[in-house]
Amino acid sequence: MTSEYFRPTDLDDAMALLAETPCTVLAGGTDLYPATKAQSLAGPVLDLDGIDGLRGIAREADRWRIGARATWTDVLRADLPAAFDGLKLAAREVGAVQIQNAGTLAGNLCNASPAADGVPPLLTLDASVELVSARGARVLSLAEFLIGPRRTALETGEIVSAILVPAASGAGRGDFRKLGARQHLVISIVMIAGRFVMEEGRITFARVAVGSCSATARRLTELEDALIGMAEAPSCSLVAKHVAETLDPIDDVRGSAGYRIDAAVGMVSRMLAETFA
Amino acid sequence: MSLDTTAPVLNVNGRMVSVGDAPLRRLSDVLREECGARGVKVGCDAGDCGACTVLMDGEAVCACLVPAARAVGAEIVTVEGLDDGIGERLKVAFLRHGAAQCGICTPGMLVSAVALLQRVDAPDEAQVEEALAGVLCRCTGYRKIIAAVCDTGRVLEPVAMPEAGAAIGARVERLDGRHKVDGTDVFGADHWPEGALVVKAVRSPHHHARFAFGDLARWRPEGCAGVWTAADVPGVNRFGVIPPFADQPMLAEGIARFRGEAVALIAFDDGFEDTDLSDFPVTWEPLAESLDEAAGAAAADLHDGRAGNILTQGFVRQGDTTAALAGAAHVATTTISTSYVEHAYIEPEAGAAWMDGETLVVQTCTQAPVMDRDDTAALLGLDPANVRIIATATGGGFGSKLDVSLHPLIGLVALKTGRPARMVYTRTESMQSTTKRHPATMTASIGTDADGRIVGMDFAGDFNTGAYASWGPTVANRVPVHASGPYRTPHYRALGRAVHTNGPVSGAFRGFGVPQAAIMQETLYDRLAEAVGMDRLAFRRLNAYRDGDTTCTGQVIHGVGIVDCLDALKPHWEAALGEAAPAGLARGVGVASCWYGCGNTSLANPSTIRVGLRADGRVVLHQGASDIGQGSNTVIAQICADAAGLPLAAFELIGPDTALTPDAGKTSASRQTYVTGKAAELAGRALRAAVLRHANAGDDARLRLDGGSVVVEDGGDVRRIALDGLPANGFGYVFMGEETYDPPVTPLDENGQGKPYAVYGYGAQMVVLDVDEGLGTVHLRRIMAAHDVGRAINPVLAEGQIEGGIAQGIGLALMEEYLPGRTENLHDYLIPTFGDVPPIESILIEKPDPEGPFGAKGLGEHVLIPTAPAILNAIRHATGAEITKLPALPHRVHAAIRAARGDD
Repeated sequence: MTSEYFRPTDLDDAMALLAETPCTVLAGGTDLYPATKAQSLAGPVLDLDGIDGLRGIAREADRWRIGARATWTDVLRADLPAAFDGLKLAAREVGAVQIQNAGTLAGNLCNASPAADGVPPLLTLDASVELVSARGARVLSLAEFLIGPRRTALETGEIVSAILVPAASGAGRGDFRKLGARQHLVISIVMIAGRFVMEEGRITFARVAVGSCSATARRLTELEDALIGMAEAPSCSLVAKHVAETLDPIDDVRGSAGYRIDAAVGMVSRMLAETFA
Repeated sequence: MSLDTTAPVLNVNGRMVSVGDAPLRRLSDVLREECGARGVKVGCDAGDCGACTVLMDGEAVCACLVPAARAVGAEIVTVEGLDDGIGERLKVAFLRHGAAQCGICTPGMLVSAVALLQRVDAPDEAQVEEALAGVLCRCTGYRKIIAAVCDTGRVLEPVAMPEAGAAIGARVERLDGRHKVDGTDVFGADHWPEGALVVKAVRSPHHHARFAFGDLARWRPEGCAGVWTAADVPGVNRFGVIPPFADQPMLAEGIARFRGEAVALIAFDDGFEDTDLSDFPVTWEPLAESLDEAAGAAAADLHDGRAGNILTQGFVRQGDTTAALAGAAHVATTTISTSYVEHAYIEPEAGAAWMDGETLVVQTCTQAPVMDRDDTAALLGLDPANVRIIATATGGGFGSKLDVSLHPLIGLVALKTGRPARMVYTRTESMQSTTKRHPATMTASIGTDADGRIVGMDFAGDFNTGAYASWGPTVANRVPVHASGPYRTPHYRALGRAVHTNGPVSGAFRGFGVPQAAIMQETLYDRLAEAVGMDRLAFRRLNAYRDGDTTCTGQVIHGVGIVDCLDALKPHWEAALGEAAPAGLARGVGVASCWYGCGNTSLANPSTIRVGLRADGRVVLHQGASDIGQGSNTVIAQICADAAGLPLAAFELIGPDTALTPDAGKTSASRQTYVTGKAAELAGRALRAAVLRHANAGDDARLRLDGGSVVVEDGGDVRRIALDGLPANGFGYVFMGEETYDPPVTPLDENGQGKPYAVYGYGAQMVVLDVDEGLGTVHLRRIMAAHDVGRAINPVLAEGQIEGGIAQGIGLALMEEYLPGRTENLHDYLIPTFGDVPPIESILIEKPDPEGPFGAKGLGEHVLIPTAPAILNAIRHATGAEITKLPALPHRVHAAIRAARGDD
């Protein structure tokens, strides 16, 4: 029924509507439709598709703005520095091209799966989340926004309007690796992302994040600190220490907790070895 | 804010179509139901399978995830719109390469490929893989699809049809292929009678529960045309593929024995099918549940008369196994368990039913129309003569579409209401409620003498047959016959038991338990070869059956091609053993064999084929063998054409349809090419003989069709028979052949001695892979598959069977694990994707079988059997890891590597 479907073209109109009428917010649809067995989504639904202001990836003075409607394909096609390579690698592994053409990064965050492909690379980019409502806008760090499995800090009447990446995060080179039981269309057992700045063979800046190994993806901040100044890859045991201290995986159909720890250690160690290679 | 109040219009394939005002409806549903684009296939409604892929402004999207409102103003292209140069070249390449088997994923593949080809003229394999990776295929193993897309740049002329007498062995494109690439083939969900009710089932959310209904008479949401339960079933509420074991109610009676079992039916008028059923008046009382074979054997009996939850057992004994193993130089012993495996055809069960006078017609996807008819009739209290099953194109089956599913459900609604009824299972409903491959827990010991000759084998396997019998007895009987593999085993004892649990019903799945048993035997063979100090291929060759050998059931076998298969692998084997692994990975090479009896075990399983020549000179083949993608429509016609000595191009096919085609049995047990093929050979010869008799010509005469005449050339003598001057029989034919063939088998005695099958096929496969020892991941590099098919009736289709079977073997080995309640969709239940099937080299060995048509043997199940053990053997070769629980998911491989190293 038409009255259950709203497709505003203006963000303020959308916020006014949402303040009055609690709605399911529709971005790419790649999580909402699989969640129903019906042939139609239950309304009321606010479709963000008509709001041009939410589209695209833009370089602003002090940051990049990834609009709430930006798809994984938009990320892949965007002219972005090597710091975003991890995000682009993740984009290529979200489902396959059909999902990449429809699914959005913002939706990936709002779905808040512990295995959300976008979160580890966005953590390495020190990304934050811009939220808007009729009450105004606010910005939360990713860690503040993702508060648990399938739980976010979104409040009633609020949507994610953009993901923000500070200009400083354009430094260095990003990386991403996903471990799954098949090659494509796979939910990860473990995934890792990194961003490293090297000067004269030494690490001067490091970000390392791991997904699918805790309630939400996490950065290995102590490992990041320990890497500063290193001229060669650290030992596996050092990586293992930080992984074990930071991550808290579970056993599930995809893998055991102990395996996830071992795999995360192995994957991070290899990424670091290749970073120095 | 804009609210669109005018009737929406979609641009579909360049045509403007007004559609209903349902902005949030899935685009896939709107395209299928309102735009006439039934080539858009729906496999999951979750973006997991890609079958519904369409182009939206040139970009590939899953139409099931797109709200219809988003499509307004966009250019939508479906498979029906791929009629330009690129699209046509692509379709021709698909047909040439055999890239479409069942055809259900083909529209999604073609559309995805066009999205790529519009950007890249001549894509390489990696580009094709990435562009098409979002579409799952369960039949082909993907390699022929990659080859076809890469070949699209070349202009391919359609293959000419073979001359009379030259059909067998020709690389004929599948006769039903054009409809599949055009998206016009009619599958189970593609035909809706006008005014049909939509049927929904209420299913148990518990593995085992007592249930009671509330006030059903008062529960009538808007649009609800009726509610039915077991109390409404007019016939005997018990079905099963093996009548003496029939035990499964179409609607449960007070107790649900597995999660997903149907307890009630609801019919809705069209448009109300999305009604929320959460307030349906049923209460559940969960009962103690058993989900694996060990728990089942210890649980309270699920069925009266099946003590210890043992459905049945099969047993084969020859010689004195205990003494043989005691005297062996080397004995290897292990226990292995496997998981539930889901068939995961991309077409969920779907169909329609209606009354045609006194006859109930059910049109649906199926592997066994006549069994469907008989089961449906018994459940609904009808004479089988008053039930007609029309088989649609079937989007994959692999064994699970042998059992009835929705047939009696929609049949009951049509019968009760007098209105047509239709039903499409959701992906989850399909996975929950239809059969699976049996999980098995198997223990075996095999011994050799000091020279490496097998002296004896002792095998015992419990197979989790789930809540109802289905094909459990077949698994229990087939496994003991086959567990030796195609190897001389003078002293042998094998026991297979089918154990009831509250798991999903285990039934037929490509190999009936033999793939599980082969994992046991073939992995033990590697340990024995190592103990003896022999090359693993040579060890197998030494022990392989030869022509004239006697099997463990006391049967003398002929046309035995296993040595030929192993020899064909030898150069590849030696080359692979000399290769080094890439840095950081461990290289492994593995080999395994198979043998498999074609047709039902020790049971009659006849097929009948009718072929007639019409007065207009067309040949009509009543082809009742369900083509579920494997190619019986083509292969049976090829055999019949050569037997008749008539050109294949003159043939028209009818069926399968129980009103029009004689019973060609079921598409299972690798029996169609052999059994129905033999009937087709006999029927073709009978037709030919009738013509020759009429012409008073000799057996060597050549037949030629020339318009409405048949020309008989006998030596220098040429006779023209004008067909329209001849009387037609009751079927409308001026000449006809109808013949039945039933394999000559004998029952097995109490020691499993007898002749269970008249024909066996053989094969051996070799896998080259690399293992990442740190992560436990397995990377397949290539697979060589040598299969003795007796006679390759159609080499393209045979290769397609091999590649597709291998893909399923890869899944069995590495990723597939159905856990009821946890992996009931196609993103938690993993089947191989484009990136998981390596290049495959098929080697067709033709050692004619004395019984098979033109020497042909079955192939469909054989091809899956060696893959998993060859992979496990290669993993062990690479790392020392011995996998004892399948699938070999990364965490299990990782743990096994650590155990092999003594790390734990």
